[in-house]
This record gives sequence, structure tokens and C-alpha cells, in this order.
Amino acid sequence: MSLSLVGIAIVLAACSGVPALFLSRRSAAGQRLAVVLLVTASVLGMLGAGLALAGPAEPAVVVRALAGVPQLTLGVDLLSALFLLPVFLLAACASVYGLAYWPQQQHRADGRRVGLFLGLLTAALGLLLIAQDGIAFLFGWEVMALAAFFLVTTEEREAEVRAAGWLYFASTHLCTLVLFAFFALLQASTGAVSLLPDAAAAAIAPAPANALFVLALVGFGLKAGIVPLHFWLPSAHASAPSHVSAMMSGVMIKMGVYGLVRTCALLPAPPPWQGQLLLAVGAVSAFVGVAFAIGQHDLKRLLAYHSIENIGIIFLGLGLAMAGRSAQRLDWIVLGLGGALLHVWNHALFKALLFLAAGATIQGAGTRAIDQMGGIARTMPLTAAAFLCGAVAICGLPPLNGLVSELLVYLGLFAAVGSGTGLLLAPVTLAPLVVPVLAMVGGMALLCFVKVFGAVYLGQPRHQRTARESEAPILIAMAVLACCCTVIGLLPMRIAPLFDGAIAAWSHAAALPLLGELAPLGAVSALGFALVAMVLGGLWWLRRRRPAGGVVVGTWDCGYIAPTPAMQYTASSFGQQFVSLLRWLLLPLVKAKHRDGLFPAAAAFHSHVPDVVLDRAVLPVLRGCAQACLWLKHLQGGRVNLYLLYVFLTLLVLLLLK
Amino acid sequence: MTLSIHSLIQVLLVLLLPPLLLGVINKTKAAFAGRNGPPVLQLYYDLGKLLRKGMVISTTTTAVFLMGPVVSLVTALVAAMLVPLGHHPALIAFPGDMILFAYLLALGRFFTVSAALDTGSPFEGMGAAREVTFAFLAEPALFLGFVALARISGSLSLSGMLAADPQFVHGAALGSMVLILAGWFVVLLAENCRIPFDDPNTHLELTMIHEVMVLDHSGPAFGMILYGAAVKLWALGALVVAVALPVGSGSQWLDWLVFLAAMLALAILIGIVESIMARLRLVSIPRLLVSASLLTAFAVVFLLG
Repeated sequence: MSLSLVGIAIVLAACSGVPALFLSRRSAAGQRLAVVLLVTASVLGMLGAGLALAGPAEPAVVVRALAGVPQLTLGVDLLSALFLLPVFLLAACASVYGLAYWPQQQHRADGRRVGLFLGLLTAALGLLLIAQDGIAFLFGWEVMALAAFFLVTTEEREAEVRAAGWLYFASTHLCTLVLFAFFALLQASTGAVSLLPDAAAAAIAPAPANALFVLALVGFGLKAGIVPLHFWLPSAHASAPSHVSAMMSGVMIKMGVYGLVRTCALLPAPPPWQGQLLLAVGAVSAFVGVAFAIGQHDLKRLLAYHSIENIGIIFLGLGLAMAGRSAQRLDWIVLGLGGALLHVWNHALFKALLFLAAGATIQGAGTRAIDQMGGIARTMPLTAAAFLCGAVAICGLPPLNGLVSELLVYLGLFAAVGSGTGLLLAPVTLAPLVVPVLAMVGGMALLCFVKVFGAVYLGQPRHQRTARESEAPILIAMAVLACCCTVIGLLPMRIAPLFDGAIAAWSHAAALPLLGELAPLGAVSALGFALVAMVLGGLWWLRRRRPAGGVVVGTWDCGYIAPTPAMQYTASSFGQQFVSLLRWLLLPLVKAKHRDGLFPAAAAFHSHVPDVVLDRAVLPVLRGCAQACLWLKHLQGGRVNLYLLYVFLTLLVLLLLK
Repeated sequence: MTLSIHSLIQVLLVLLLPPLLLGVINKTKAAFAGRNGPPVLQLYYDLGKLLRKGMVISTTTTAVFLMGPVVSLVTALVAAMLVPLGHHPALIAFPGDMILFAYLLALGRFFTVSAALDTGSPFEGMGAAREVTFAFLAEPALFLGFVALARISGSLSLSGMLAADPQFVHGAALGSMVLILAGWFVVLLAENCRIPFDDPNTHLELTMIHEVMVLDHSGPAFGMILYGAAVKLWALGALVVAVALPVGSGSQWLDWLVFLAAMLALAILIGIVESIMARLRLVSIPRLLVSASLLTAFAVVFLLG
């Protein structure tokens, strides 16, 4: 039942954008039809995934479309269902949001394209999540990669977008290439490309198992955007339309996490270094991601870097679970994997919320530059509230959902530290180091989001353009996501049982403790409600004490008589101290003209934090390769007689060989 | 959570005593300067006066402006309820409550800083930027201390780490407690914006951190901020005191007396530090915070075996 529902949802989603292609570019009917189809598909898909989570397990179905075509094994198990839910929820929210954000009437050239590929992307994500063998998985993976490419390059007339698109295209195919190697090796070691753990997979020898793990880490890590394989991510997320960025950041990069979680379950009991490596990768990604985010001036690039940070937190949880499997510690497995999977949900929700709010704000302000916005909370109060909700959630602050998953990861790490085993022994050596890194990442995320929220929504406007509050579809999409964030934050004990089954299936262990038994979810919930009640009470009391009108004053200007909005602290100045503390990592480019003399001329100041990995490693290496390949051009000079000579020589060699 | 006379005492202490700490600090500083100084109860008088006053609210601000004082006070109060006082388990205790403690203070900081940015004043923005930059540097010291304490006690809650009588008092654990104490004392000074990080009595907006962030708040809102800051000082102070006194006296009532005396001594110590030290230059503050983190990191290193 659940597989049929999800299957229908996938077909419906794939077709959702097709009718619009036969309708006029000028009419809104096609887009409305696409939204209705995609929302219907999403509801069916979520229903199917929900049934799979609630009901008994169903057998997988083998599909063979044509004779001679490899067969595809499809099935919805608990892990698939956990990833399917956010995919369909975000697809529905993104398409509804698109009604107001990317309306067909205003985007005649590319409106239908966005609709078509958004549906295809959703379908591909669904397909790869229900695939239980490598062929179906890679098919879904490639459709996902290509659909996302056409979405990223929606505004292909801009050179910047084209560059981001090509970078994305090259890296996603590098990723597929590594996955081909992965599945080939899997086929060689087990005789099949099944993604489910079975007897053949449990008997893989250590050497190929380690090679499979490394291939999976590189291939899936490239898609997930772990440092240093994240170089494609910021520009791709920044260039796509905002609802597409929400889909990409919220669920598409999570497919890397999904693949790695599947692989880890597939392989036999991991050696300790695997968990350690995942912990190290997670800590580095989280730290570097948020550090670069603080240096950004582009609102969407900044959010994209935060995806890297959150992927890092997810990897920390996964690494802890792997360490738990190596050390036979069930509580580390439950807390680590539970934290990682719940953070997959949470990040999908709050990051999509942030991207949607940012998109609406960018449309209202007419710029993506944080330093040119300001005071938008006055004209777009509901959008500002949505962004605030997302910001509090992503910083992991109570009472919203980010806290719950981070708390699970923290608890697992503390359990590893306090476990009594010597800390110099393998699976937990990094745990005491990772805890302060995670704490620092939390503090840095707070810095970053206070900066963004303050510079964009608070204070006085730095621009002339007057923004209007977002339209209803945008507000509805954001409200749904904000409600999900609040519900998970306030009622975590109702959500946690959904994850127990998938964790048990992953761990290969019998009698696993439940997530709700290990984590104080009831206390978090009670504390959250108390916090909300006390804050509301305090606000009510304070609002009653507000002046009843009469006194109209501006901000205290410390005695200066003519302050202007341009004198406000900008986002760049807010982050300046941090950026200069971490200049050894961020390598900021600063262009400043010194002012001297009694009557200095006008001066200018520019600062920019480019991606160090892309600019200092990837591009130079690629340029070096291109240089090294230059000699090849002598072979191919474009002269026909030379080519005839090649043909002749080849023929001669072949004849001689024979 | 068992409600007893001791829980009631804890609630009363957290609600009533925090402003007294600031009175003691100021009295100590006055004694060092050879002045009479304001009365020990001055902050109570100030709070009473502020509650009766009206408010002036800038036209630039939004609803976020009033959330700053409310959220910072509420979070400080809830966080203070998580800290065990004088070897009595805290009112609210559960595994992982130390993470909630840190994140509650962070939530308060989020809204205090947002409220500062809401005014659009460059000075308040300056203070806000410094507050969050220094706070992220102080986090590792706090959490490394938690790591070491979790390692020593095998417990995952503040009450288990600090209120249960330790059976451990062996050399390594004692050594690392001393290091945690030193590291956390620095964190206490930094988080509460005391000298050498920030001068609560300075008169130049350019050099301030906390005081400049709240320049535009007035009346009851400002009262909430002052009270919230005192509660935060109390909460972190109680944490430091609990590390300093790892072993209880055995008698529950005597424990209360010892705890109150220790808090008083802590306030006097802060007053002495403020009297004999100058404020650090802003650029050297990160170095001191990193040193505090390293001290607590050594506390963890002691416990590796």
C-alpha cells in the first residue's frame, strides 16, 4: 500500500509540469495545475511514507519494464520513509510558494521550465529513496542531478549563474563517477548491487569494505557538501530561485547523507577509524561552514554555507553511531543516529523556511546584498517573523526543533566521554575534542544569524525601495514550515518514536534502547512550554507599561545631532572582528584606500571572503591540468592529412599486432 | 524533581538574592577606592524605582525591542533553576541539562543583541558585535569544563556533576577541578561583562559592551535587564562556587550557610579583581578567552587515561 501510494506520487510529481508546456505562456492556468498536481502528489507521498512508518514492513517489488532492461527493485522501508517525508513536504511548500514568487505571467520565458523541473526533481528524489538496488538508485540520482542543473541555471542569461551551473554540473558528475566505482566494487564483492544488508554484504572482506566506505564518503560527501568537497555548493544554492534553493539545501544534499547511512548499514561491523573519520569530517565541516558563512555579504550564499555547517552536525551524529557500532555501545548508536536523522528533518524544515523568507525579502528589497537592506521588519513583519523563527531554530536555541537534534548529538558525545573507557582508545578519542567545537559552532551560528536578522530586518532602511508584505502563497508555505519547527521543538517525545524503527534496522543489534528512554525529551518539552509561557507573560506585562502615545522620540544618538541610516552598524562591520580573528582560515580580500592629508578625498572600502577551497585549490589544480594538457593540441591540429596519417598508422599497428 | 523545603529555598534565593551580589561587588570596589560607596541594597532600590517609571521607546524599533529584556530575564531565571546550589540538587535536573543551561543563556543573548540592533544605533551595534564575538570564544571553556566534570562524575546532569558527593577525590580529578575553576572564573567575568573584559562603570559608549547594548532601554524594561544580568551573574557564580566546593559538609542546613558564604566571597573576589586590574584592550580579550579554554582543555587532558 505505501509503495503504491509513493509510486503514484512519484509519477504524478514527474508529470506535474507537463500540462503547462501545452498551455499558453501568458496564462496562469498551467502553473496552477502544476501546483495542484504536485501538492496532490506530495500528500499521497507523505501518506505512503507515514503508512510505512506506522504499519508493518512490506516486501519490496521487482519491476522489469522491458525484456533486456535490468530489473529495478523498489520498496519503502523505514529509512526511506524518514527521508521521503521532508522531500514531499518541501516540494509542496516550494510549489505553493512559487505561485507568488515565480508567477508564470511575470516569468514567461522560464516559468514553465521551473515547474517542469521542480516536479521532476521531486520525482527523482522519491525514486532514489525507494530504490533498493544500485541501478534504480543511480537512475534516480542522475535525473535528480540533471533536473537540479536546469533549475540552478534558470536565469541562464547571467554569466554568474552560468558559471555556478557549470561548476555544479561538473561536480555532480564527478560524484556520479565515484558512485559508479562504488557500485562496481559492490557488484564485484557481493555479486549484486542490492542496497539492503544481506548475507553476501555481511561477508565482504575488510579491504573491499574499507574501499567501499571511502568511495561512499567521497561520492556521497560531494553531494552532501562536506568540507573540502563543498566548493560547488554556495554558488549553486545562491544562483537558483529561492524555492529551488530551499529544495536543494533542504532535501537534495541530504541524499548524500541518505546514501552514506545506507552504505554504513550495508557494510559489516566497521573498524574504529571509520567513526573517527566521520567525526573529524563533521567537526571540520561544521566549523568551516559557519566561519565562511559569517564572511558572506550575499544573503543566499550565507544560507548555503550554513547548509555545510548543518551537514557537519549530521556527520557528527553518524560518526558517533559508527563508533557505537565499533565499540558495541548501543546508547551511542541510538543517540548518534537519532540525532543525525532528526537533524536531517530539522535542517530541511528550518533551512527551507530561511530560504523561503530570504527569497521573499530579496524580492521585496530588490537586492541580495545584506548590507543594502535594513528595517524590513516594518514593511514585511510576517516574513521577518518567519525568518526569526528559522534563525532561532538553526542556532539550536530552545524552544524550537534545532535544539532537540543537537541535544541528542551532545548527549551521545557526553555519554562517550563519560563512559569510563580510556579516552585514548580508538572509537572515542575525538569525542572530547568535538564537544567544544560543536559549542563554538553554536556560538558562531548565533553571531551569524543575529547579524543577518539585525542587518536585514531591524534598524532603519538603507535603501529607498519600499517593500510590501509577501503574498498569501508565500506566507502559507512559510507558516507550514514554521509550525513544523515549533511542533518538533515543543513535542519532541511525540516525534522521537518515529525514528526508533529505522535506528534499530540500521544497527543490526537486537534490543536497542528507545530514543525517548535515553534523551530527556519530556523535560525539554516542559521547559519549552514554560519558556514560551513566561516570555508571553512578560511581554504582556511590559506592553501594558508602554507609553500610551505622546512621546515620539528617535534612538538615542549619543549626542550626535544628524545620524543617518548609513551610519548604522552593517553586517560587514558586525562580523569584522570575527573575520579578522579567523583571517588565517578565511583569507579575506580587503581593498581599502588610505585617507591622508588635511582634506582627504573620497575613500572606498571593499571586503570579500571567497571560497578558499575553490579559489586556492580546485581552480589552480584544474588550470594546471589544462596547462599540462596543452601539448595534446599539437596532435589535433585540424589538418586532414595529419588525421589520415593517424588512421594509417593505427591500421599498421593493428595489422602488425595481428 | 522532588519538591521539598530545600527546593523552596532555592527558588527564593534565585529570585531574591542576585541583586545583592552586585551590591557587594560595588561595596568592595568602594572600599578599595577609599569611598563609602552606595548601600549594599542599592540595586534593589534602583529596581523599585525603575518599575514605577514610564518607558521611552524609539520610533525606529519593532516588537523585537521589548523581547530583548523579557527573554534575557526569563532565560536567566530558568538557567539559574538548573544549577545546583550548595550540594542540593537543582530544582530542574535531567541528563543533558548543562547543554540547556548554555543554550538558554545563548537564547537570552540572541534577543538582547537583536534588541540592540533594533534601535539602529551604531553604538549599540558595536556593543552587540563585541558581545557575540566574545561569547563564541567563551563557549569552549564552558563546555570543556562540562566534559571534564562528566568524565569525573560519570553523570550527564549539572546536579549529578556538582551536587552529588564525589567518591573520586583522587589527584587527577582534583587537579582538573582546579583548572576548571580557573577557566570558569574567566568565563564568569567575560559572560557578565566585568573587568577585565568590560567596565560596567565606564562613561564612553565606544568602549562598552553590555552597557552600550541596552542604552535605549528605560523604565521597567531596563529594570528587567538589570535584574536579568544579576540573575545571570548568580547562575554562573553558583556554578563556579559548586566547582570550588566539591565536597559537602554532610549537614543540609550547614551546606546552605557555606554556599551563601561562598557566594559572598565570590562577589568580594570579583570586586577585588575589578579594583586591582585595568580593563584589557579589546584586541587582547580573545587571547584571554582562548587561555581560559586551554586551561579547561588541560583539565580534560588530566582525565584521558
